[in-house]
Amino acid sequence: MSAQAPSADLFRSERMRRRRIVNAIVEGGATIAALLAVGVLVIVVGSVVKRGWGAIDVDFFTKTPALYTGFGPRPESGIENAIIGTLIIIGLALLMALPVAVLTAIYLNELAPRKLANVLTLAFDVLNGIPAIVLGIFVFVFVVVGHGQAAWKASFALAILMVPMIARSTQEVLALVPASMREASLALGAAKWRTTLSVVLPQAVGGIVTGATLATARAAGETAPLLFTSALYSDAVGYDPRQPLASIPMFIFTSAEQADPVLHQQAWGAAAVLIGIILVASLIARWFADRSVRRLKGER
Amino acid sequence: MAVASRTSSGPGALQRRGRIRPGDAVLYLVTLAAALSGVVLLALITREVIADAWPAMQKFGLGFLTTQAWGDNNKTLFGAKSFIFGTAVTSLGALLLATPISLAIALFLTELAPRWIRSVVAPLVELLAAIPSVVLGLWGILVLGPFITGTLGPALHGTFGWLPIFSSKPSVGSNMFAAILILTIMIIPIVSSICRELFLGVPSELKDGALALGATRWEVVRGVVFPYARAGIAAALILGLGRAVGEAIAVTQVIGNNVAIHADLFKPGDTLASRIAGQYQGADTALQVASLVYLAVILLVFSLIANLAAQLIVRRVAGRHQMR
Amino acid sequence: MTDYPSAISVEHPPERTGLPSALDPSMLGAEPPAATLARDPVFTIEKLTAFYGNAAALKDVSFEIYQRMVTAIIGPSGCGKSTFIRCLNRMNDVIPSFRTDGKILYHDVDLQARSIDPVGVRRRIGMVFQRPNPFPKSIYENVAYGPRILGLKEDLDGRVEQALKRAALWDEVKDRLKRSAWSLSGGQQQRLCIARCLAVEPEVILMDEPASALDPIATAKIEDLMHELKRDYTIVVVTHNMQQAARVADMTAFFSISRGAEGHRSGVLVEYDATKTIFTQPKDKRTEDYVTGRFG
Repeated sequence: MSAQAPSADLFRSERMRRRRIVNAIVEGGATIAALLAVGVLVIVVGSVVKRGWGAIDVDFFTKTPALYTGFGPRPESGIENAIIGTLIIIGLALLMALPVAVLTAIYLNELAPRKLANVLTLAFDVLNGIPAIVLGIFVFVFVVVGHGQAAWKASFALAILMVPMIARSTQEVLALVPASMREASLALGAAKWRTTLSVVLPQAVGGIVTGATLATARAAGETAPLLFTSALYSDAVGYDPRQPLASIPMFIFTSAEQADPVLHQQAWGAAAVLIGIILVASLIARWFADRSVRRLKGER
Repeated sequence: MAVASRTSSGPGALQRRGRIRPGDAVLYLVTLAAALSGVVLLALITREVIADAWPAMQKFGLGFLTTQAWGDNNKTLFGAKSFIFGTAVTSLGALLLATPISLAIALFLTELAPRWIRSVVAPLVELLAAIPSVVLGLWGILVLGPFITGTLGPALHGTFGWLPIFSSKPSVGSNMFAAILILTIMIIPIVSSICRELFLGVPSELKDGALALGATRWEVVRGVVFPYARAGIAAALILGLGRAVGEAIAVTQVIGNNVAIHADLFKPGDTLASRIAGQYQGADTALQVASLVYLAVILLVFSLIANLAAQLIVRRVAGRHQMR
Repeated sequence: MTDYPSAISVEHPPERTGLPSALDPSMLGAEPPAATLARDPVFTIEKLTAFYGNAAALKDVSFEIYQRMVTAIIGPSGCGKSTFIRCLNRMNDVIPSFRTDGKILYHDVDLQARSIDPVGVRRRIGMVFQRPNPFPKSIYENVAYGPRILGLKEDLDGRVEQALKRAALWDEVKDRLKRSAWSLSGGQQQRLCIARCLAVEPEVILMDEPASALDPIATAKIEDLMHELKRDYTIVVVTHNMQQAARVADMTAFFSISRGAEGHRSGVLVEYDATKTIFTQPKDKRTEDYVTGRFG
């Protein structure tokens, strides 16, 4: 039953040593794994910055890709068309996605009966998991076949990608709005719709901005939906969404396949721009998220 | 806050109680329409994709899945077999590599690391998830590829060349092995961040109970944390697998786009998603287009099943643990 | 349903409110008073001071805990009772800002020395927590967890049965060992946790308010168990319920809160003696005030 008066040796034994070694191995392995992940990140981002830095100058943003036949001095070249194109495509996608996502979140969080809300949320979660390439094919067969590619069709595909993300973020923030606020408004005689739009929704703006920013950042880097909807673009800067427009991801994708080192460097440069956009967007989103959560929890 | 002045005071106002306000009705209908878009889109996507794959589905039937060909017989024969093989090998290979690493990272961030390290490392791992696939693909072609042909490949072939998977020396940087590595990098942040949430959710009283019995930290993890989080880990792995299966861009950049089936990882190959992406410059015949869409149908079916399974597991787990 | 210890008669139900000015000596358990048992120290605590960061939760605690007795730690909320008991099995190690001054000797071994691995300490000094915390496993697997880790795999079935018998749970669960531990009632879960603790054959069992989450009947069973277990184990129990201390404990340590120089509140040991003495002839006025209900 109880042990004899133990000495310090009794706290150590052969088995204890083995267990401690196993524990140390596991802890060491976990640390190595984390370092590995961070290491890969550093290597990838490092490569992008190191190899793309040289391509980034004013021309990069103000000139369009120049055809180089291999003879004579190389003309100045840039990705202005891709940048403008990305801005237009993403902007349109946000315009399409934002209202749908916010209205969806309002319905699911404020108005829907519980069971229906669960089913519809499940549908969005499943939609979220559909691969981007399948979405691209869907839009391709839905509106492109027989009609031609267009930037707005790419926006449509990206919007499908963005809606679940923005809707979820909005829902999370709506849920944080205290019930007492809704009740106070209703008690004053305001109708439900007015309560929702004038009282609840403004509180959720932070979350909406967060979700929209993150979704935009993600969409800006997506290539697959663009392959079948906005890939046959010209080198000139275009502004018409009814035509296929250039985009940064497509530029990187096509440049990577070529054997031209200057083009490669430009691809790295474009990748650096993309990562920069994503980084800035994440920071903005995080700042907004913290601020809105803090506000809702009462610490002004 | 102004009250709607349309409601005048007096007995007439009280009589409005039974009727639905137009504003409420409009809001309800508009938001309902938006919320239904998810279901509608799912149905629409499924229908459209199957409809446009139909010519190929009719012609090849399920034999499509067992035919290894693409554009053979003068562009009349298409089959998905080699791509299904490629998808299986690359995705499962990536999952195999990513699972222990992701679990280890999640453990590191929840059990081992002091707070300040956590707050630095965690965002960095999430940043890994934010790298666009085209950028990873670019890195894969221009950095990883040469590394595989120059250093890693010969090393693996030298030591493990007797294994069928490493039986040749990689001559091009674009092969299945590169695809597996790239996919691993993509899966790790997803799985590890889900697992991190799971591990944080294990009640500390359970861990205290194990500690008080004289368990080492690893024994607490193995005996209490993992079993508790078991279902959630499964869901995370399914989601990670789904991600790997659906990845088109980065894979098509590094996998070599070959219709062959080998056991050798250092040879090029192709996956379902990557083959679809590779055809973006235009398919020549209607049959080719339909076959392409057929590939998308296979991908869609798989991703719907995998996602549904993962979501249902997550919902069931959330319900069960609330019981306590 | 087991009988209550014979000392608790129907006229003095355990859950009665209103404190007597001096407790009826017949309430103090059926065992002979601790003064007649040999006092063999298991723990020697010397000037223990415990800090969370810079705040002292305990100050200068010194006393001895004796073998095969039940020692109760009582006192008002915030006096450091839980902190103290968790020092005895190094459970406070998991709190990053925690540190101690002073010594805790376990049979002449300094428990807090760097060379001592807390994992080994916890095997010998087990703990039962306030809220029952069985693992999400079967009843059998809960009890088998400890022996498995220690490599005591021979006759695992026998060990599990023995532990469950000692925890007075065997008869109730012997036909459903494979069922989930969470299917048991609160009181049964707590006895399962005790069985789980017993399965690794500790010398000491620490109990941090083991019955505070349980109903009176389950509480009584736990108290019975303490009477049984103290024949073989040393038991230290923290309780906020004075009558419980009076019922089960041989020795009682009364902790209270003292305000330091800068107004910091820390826990201090006020008085430590045989339970009977603490409740009938306390030497310190603070003790008397507490046990007679004038404060706390």
